[in-house]
Amino acid sequence: MKALLARFVRAVLRHTGRAVGWGRRQAGRFGVMWRRSLQLRVTISTLALSSAVVFVLGMVLQYQITERLLDTKQQAAIGATREAVGVVNRELVGVAPGSDPVEGRLTSALNKLQGTTSSVAGAFEAVLASDTRDLATGEARFVGPYEYVPDGLRQFVQSGKFTHQIQTVSDRDTGGRVTYLMVGAPISNSTRAMQLYLLFPLTAEQNTINLVQNTLIVGGVVLLLLLAGIANLVTRQVVRPVRGAAQAAERFASGELDERLPVIGEDDLARLAQSYNEMAESIQLQIRQLEEFGTLQRRFTSDVSHELRTPLTTVRMAADVLHASRVQFPAGLARSTELLVDELDRFESLLADLLEISRLDAGVEELIAEFVDLRSIVERAVESVRRIAENAGSEIVVELPDTEAIAEVESRRVERILRNLLANAIDHGEGGPVTLRLAFNDDAVAVTVRDSGVGLRTGEADLVFNRFWRADPSRNRRTGGTGLGLAISLEDARLHGGGLDAWGEPGEGACFRLTLPRRQGVGYTRSPLDLPGEVHPEPPADAESPGSPAGNGRADELSLRGDREEVRG
Amino acid sequence: MKARVLVVDDDPALAEMLTIVLRGEGFDTAVVADGTRALPALRELKPDLVLLDLMLPGMNGIDVCKAIRGESGVPIVMLTAKSDTVDIVLGLESGADDYVVKPFKPKELVARVRARLRRTESEPAETLSIGDLTIDVPGHEVTRDGVAIQLTPLEFDLLVALARKPRQVFTREVLLEQVWGYRHAADTRLVNVHVQRLRSKVEKDPEHPVVVLTVRGVGYKAGPP
Repeated sequence: MKALLARFVRAVLRHTGRAVGWGRRQAGRFGVMWRRSLQLRVTISTLALSSAVVFVLGMVLQYQITERLLDTKQQAAIGATREAVGVVNRELVGVAPGSDPVEGRLTSALNKLQGTTSSVAGAFEAVLASDTRDLATGEARFVGPYEYVPDGLRQFVQSGKFTHQIQTVSDRDTGGRVTYLMVGAPISNSTRAMQLYLLFPLTAEQNTINLVQNTLIVGGVVLLLLLAGIANLVTRQVVRPVRGAAQAAERFASGELDERLPVIGEDDLARLAQSYNEMAESIQLQIRQLEEFGTLQRRFTSDVSHELRTPLTTVRMAADVLHASRVQFPAGLARSTELLVDELDRFESLLADLLEISRLDAGVEELIAEFVDLRSIVERAVESVRRIAENAGSEIVVELPDTEAIAEVESRRVERILRNLLANAIDHGEGGPVTLRLAFNDDAVAVTVRDSGVGLRTGEADLVFNRFWRADPSRNRRTGGTGLGLAISLEDARLHGGGLDAWGEPGEGACFRLTLPRRQGVGYTRSPLDLPGEVHPEPPADAESPGSPAGNGRADELSLRGDREEVRG
Repeated sequence: MKARVLVVDDDPALAEMLTIVLRGEGFDTAVVADGTRALPALRELKPDLVLLDLMLPGMNGIDVCKAIRGESGVPIVMLTAKSDTVDIVLGLESGADDYVVKPFKPKELVARVRARLRRTESEPAETLSIGDLTIDVPGHEVTRDGVAIQLTPLEFDLLVALARKPRQVFTREVLLEQVWGYRHAADTRLVNVHVQRLRSKVEKDPEHPVVVLTVRGVGYKAGPP
C-alpha cells in the first residue's frame, strides 16, 4: 500500500513537473510573442479592460432590471392583497371563533377570493390562517399552503402589521424550489384574529431575469469579441506601416540605398515615413560622398604613383648605369654608388608598399580569384626566398599534403603573403629552421609558418600587424622589410575573406597562420591548422562569422584529418 | 642590323635616360614626346618595337596603343606608373604585348624589350594544326580554310606555343616563360588578356572556344585539330 502510494506520488510529481515545464515553455513562447508583437499586446489589453467594463456594466444593468421588476410586482401584489383583504372581510363577517365550520367558511372565502380577484399581480396562492402566538402548534386553523409562510412573517402579521417578504420554499407536490413574494395582512374586523397571506410565485420574473442575464452575457461576449477584433484591426492599421518601415530600414541597412517609404496622407505615420525618407536621403548622400572620396583617393593614389615614379625611374636608371661601371670609380665613389642603388631599392619597395596599402585602405583593390592548387603557390614563394634563407643560414622545411589543395584565391596575393611570412620568419629566425605547413579541410586551407627565433613577447602577437611596428629596432635585418609587409598581408588575407594570426613565446619562436576559405563568399568554421598555443575548449560561439580565423569546435576530428594529409616535402 | 625602338614618353629626363640605356645595349632609338606624333613617327621610322608611356599629353597612351594596333602588329611594351589592375588590363586589352611598371631597373626593361624582339630564329619549315586552323610557322601565317587571319607577333607566338605540344596543358606561368620570356613568376593577367584577344580573332564563337581551351584551375591547351 505504501509502495503504491509512493509510486503514485512519484508519478504525480513527474507529471506535474512535465506540466509545469510545458506551461513554462508555453509561457516563454507567449512572453516572446508578447514582447515582439505590439498588435497582440494592444488586442489583449483592450480585451482585458473592456471585459472589466462590460462585467461592471452587466452587473449594474441586471441589478436595475431585477429591482424594477420586483418593485412593480410588489406594488401590484400589495394592491391585490388590500383588495383581497376587503373580499375576505366581507366573506368572514360573522364567523365566530371556535365554531366548527371555520375551515369551511375559510375555504369558501378563499374560493371567493380566487374567483373575484383577477389581479395585475398575476396568479397567486392564498393562505387564510387563524393563528396567534399563544396557540400551540397544531391548534392553528388555516386553509392553503400555510407551511410555506415563514415564522418571521407570521409573527409580524399576527402583531397586526401589513408586511411582505420574498421567500424560496420547496414545492409541496414536486419538491422543486419556488420563490414567492408573500404578502401578509391581518384581518381586523373579524371576531377572531385571522391573517391573510397571498403567495405570488416569482417564476415569471425569474424567467425574465434569467433571459436578461443570458442576453447580457451573450451580448457582452459578442461585444468583447467585436472589441478585440476592432482593436486588432485598428492596431494593424498602425502596426502595418511600422512593420513596413522596419522592413524598409532593414533593406536599407543591407545596402539598398534607394529604399524609401511611401508617404500617404498627412497623419503621424506619413510624418514617420517622411522623416525616415529624409534620414535615408541624408545617409545616402553621405555614402555617395564617401564613395566619391574613395574615387578621389583612388585617383590621388594613382596620380601620386605616377608623379613619384617617373622621376624615380630616371634616378633608378641613372644609378644603375653608374653602378654598372662602378669598377672604374675611385673607392669612395664606387661605394656611394652601391649605397645609392641599395637605398633606391628600399625606397622603391617602401613606395610600392605604401601605395599598395593605401589602395587596400581605399577599398579599390579587387580580388581576381581562381581555383588553383596552393601547393604550387607555396613552392613558388619558397623558391623566391631561397636565397635570403641561404644567406641567413636558415633551412626551410616544407610540409605539403599529398593531394591537391585547391582553393579559390588570387595567386599573386597569396604568394605575396607567403613571401612576406617566410621573409619575416627568416628575418627573425636567428638562423634556425623555418617550417611551412599546408593543410586543408572541407571549407578552408591554412598555411602556418613557424620559426624558432626569439619569438614574441606577451601582447606582441596582436601588434605585429600594425604598420611600421618593429619588435626590436636594434635587431639585425636581412630582408630590408618596409615594416608594412605583415599589414599588407593581413589586408590581402581579409580581401580573400580569410584571416592571418600570430602566436609567439619569448625564446620559443613565432608562428604565423594564414587561413583562407576554399570558395569565395563561403565562410569557414575553423582553420585546418592550429597555432601552437591554441586550445578548443568550447563549441564556437561565432561559428558562422566567416572572418574569424580562430573558429573552434570539431577540433580533434578535423585536425587529425589535416595531420594525415601532411607529408614532409 | 640594329633594332629600332620608338620611345613615346613626355618626360624628357626619362626619355633621355631610356635612350642612353637602350643605346648602351645596342639599340637604335627615336623619341617622340607627344601621343599625337606617335603615329606619324611610326609610319616614318618603321620601328621594330614601341616603348609607350601610358600617361601622355595630347593623346592618352591607351588611345595611342589602339591607334598603333589599328595599323601595325609592331610589338608594344607599355611603361606604366600604375600597378593598378584596371589600367594594366586596359592597356593590355588595347593591344600592348607586355608592360613594365615604373620604377623599373634598366636590366628589366632591356630584358622585356629583347624578349619582344626575339625572332624565332632558324625555325624548321613546319606546319602546325590547332583546332580548325593551320599555322605556317616560318611564314608567320595562320589560315582557316585558306583564309588568312591577322595576328600580332605575340598572338602568333602564343598560338604556336600551344600548337607545338597539342596534348600538353600549359599553366599561365609556363606560357609567361615561353612566350613572354619571364624567367620568374610574373603577372598572369598578361596571359589571360592575350588569350582573350587571341580568341576574339581565331575563334568562331569566343564564348565557346575550340582552338584555345581553358583547363580550369590549371591553364590552357590547344584544341584538337
